Amino acid sequence: MEQKITIEPVTRVEGHGKVTIHIDDEGQISQSRLHIVEFRGFERFVQGRPYWEAPVLVQRLCGICPVSHHLAAAKALDVIVGAGTGDGLTPTGEKMRRLMHYGQTFQSHALHFFHLVSPDLLFGVDGDPAIRNIIGVAKKYPDLAVQGVMMRKYGQEIIKATAGKKIHGTGAIPGGINKHLTQEEKDSFLNGADPLNIDKMIAWSIDAVNFLKDYHKKNKEFIDGFAAFPSNHLSLVRKDGALDLYHGVLRAVDADGKKILHDVDYQDYLEYINEEVRDWSYMKFPFLTEYGKKDGWYRVGPLARLNTCDFIPTPLAQKEFEEFKAYTKGKPNNMSMHMHWARLIELLHSAEMIKDLLNDPDLMSGDLVIKGEKKNEGVGLIEAPRGTLFHHYRINEHDQITMANLIVSTTNNNQPMNEAVNHVAKEVMTGQKKITEGMMNAVEVAIRAYDPCLSCATHALGQMPLELILVDKNNQVIDRKRK
Amino acid sequence: MHQDYNILIYGYGNPGRQDDGLGNAMIEKLESWVKSQKMKGIHFDSNYQLNIEDAAEIAKRDLVIFVDASTEDIDDFILTQVNASTDVAFTSHAASPGYIVGLCKDIYKTIPPTWLLHIRGYEWEFKEGLSTKAKQNLEDAYELMKEKLENPQELIDAFEPF
Repeated sequence: MEQKITIEPVTRVEGHGKVTIHIDDEGQISQSRLHIVEFRGFERFVQGRPYWEAPVLVQRLCGICPVSHHLAAAKALDVIVGAGTGDGLTPTGEKMRRLMHYGQTFQSHALHFFHLVSPDLLFGVDGDPAIRNIIGVAKKYPDLAVQGVMMRKYGQEIIKATAGKKIHGTGAIPGGINKHLTQEEKDSFLNGADPLNIDKMIAWSIDAVNFLKDYHKKNKEFIDGFAAFPSNHLSLVRKDGALDLYHGVLRAVDADGKKILHDVDYQDYLEYINEEVRDWSYMKFPFLTEYGKKDGWYRVGPLARLNTCDFIPTPLAQKEFEEFKAYTKGKPNNMSMHMHWARLIELLHSAEMIKDLLNDPDLMSGDLVIKGEKKNEGVGLIEAPRGTLFHHYRINEHDQITMANLIVSTTNNNQPMNEAVNHVAKEVMTGQKKITEGMMNAVEVAIRAYDPCLSCATHALGQMPLELILVDKNNQVIDRKRK
Repeated sequence: MHQDYNILIYGYGNPGRQDDGLGNAMIEKLESWVKSQKMKGIHFDSNYQLNIEDAAEIAKRDLVIFVDASTEDIDDFILTQVNASTDVAFTSHAASPGYIVGLCKDIYKTIPPTWLLHIRGYEWEFKEGLSTKAKQNLEDAYELMKEKLENPQELIDAFEPF
């Protein structure tokens, strides 16, 4: 008799998701699925609105990563106002946006590591759930918790200084930016009182990378083997192949490192990427059109980015990148838990980028906006903390938005998350009839490696209890567990 | 009177989701009132959600009042003491007031007197602006907050250490 185990919703993941695991009569996992209850009304909501409102409107999508949506929308509108495709802005416009973006990535990656990852690593996936959280970390490792708090605070202050305010920031506008950085802000970020200065942020980022590497050395089997599976990888890269989280061309490599998307202009993304609809999930499944639904799906995010880029253009992160690449002998890294390693290398890179940008005089003077010949369509891409984010708009002669298409990072990672769940389910649940706390968390750990943000489409008011339902092949509930 | 205090009023929510912006709206109203009254020592903040860095924000305050929209079946608004919580039933990027107080206690070894003003909301779509009923609740809660800020010592004294 086939059984179905449902984990609903997934704790410590934004929005609402549930996991169902089907077990057959022999105790073998026959199918695993991550279902996303996603609200897709936003694209219709912006239709009819003046295009210049989009960078602010899209922040309503998500209180988690509003900066990513803000910048992706602004980049799409750069094209519409004739300001080019991301590298045509004034130096001030582009660099202020980059500072905003790297500030956001820095705080997001720091939060993910200290809030989500460190409890699992410090207390173990099977650890007591009562202490396996940031409160537990704060009690046992208060210095580590302070670092998390302060790194997040530093990144938030960067966002505030560049976006103008914490809520519904208005910094990025079609064709540029609406403010310079002040001398006071620059001095504060560079040389603020300990610990809120960039050198401390870089030092703590190095500590975080070392923490992960040290843990890896002691737990190779877990880190290397947990939810590891081959996949394609997709991201923006700079035209010379460097890691670039703000702008570039689209590149994809397969599991062996062969380029399968050759540095194409993302304005043409519809030629290369398609989305499949499946009847059991509201979230679509993107894939590379040339390779089809079965073989064309890909991962995005920190792991994908370090697999697609050729180098990192900041010295400390490049050193870590070389070690990271050497571990897989230059081949793509397909180990899901190495996402954390990649994320922390990006954390360090972001801190280095912030320092470089803060020392750039273009931030404090120069033209803010550029415009050219208007167009009626534009695509904006950005490497959000969780991965590649697509915004695509068309407008009419009255400057109203007539079409919006968004592919958010979590949607891009839909199939990989399902793959990860399947691998873990087979590993920990085969032959099991009862669900333990450790099993539940193992599935969640696999999903959380992708840091999915489901609140792009769901209201983030709700609590996130965890529910497991064991169902037989006739969909009869035979066991239920909730925490 | 207030210059001797260090008070933080912190509203949170997404004003792009109708009544979810009740906390932010309260901050706008109160900040304006405090300014008009030339009151000192009362600070304001507003964000989409609470998060871990807010533990540092509250650590040195004499009094903290969080303001949030509520989906719960309360009459109009309710002001309750916040106790430290280890409840992990929150999302990765948002935190409850109790969680923030708990972090503050463990990291900074202090528990500022902290209260939560929950204001009942009703509509949560992708729109700016509060619903009619939420606006009324906001007005009623605003009157209470003005009263409390006239004599903040009352809330400080009423806070029961845990």
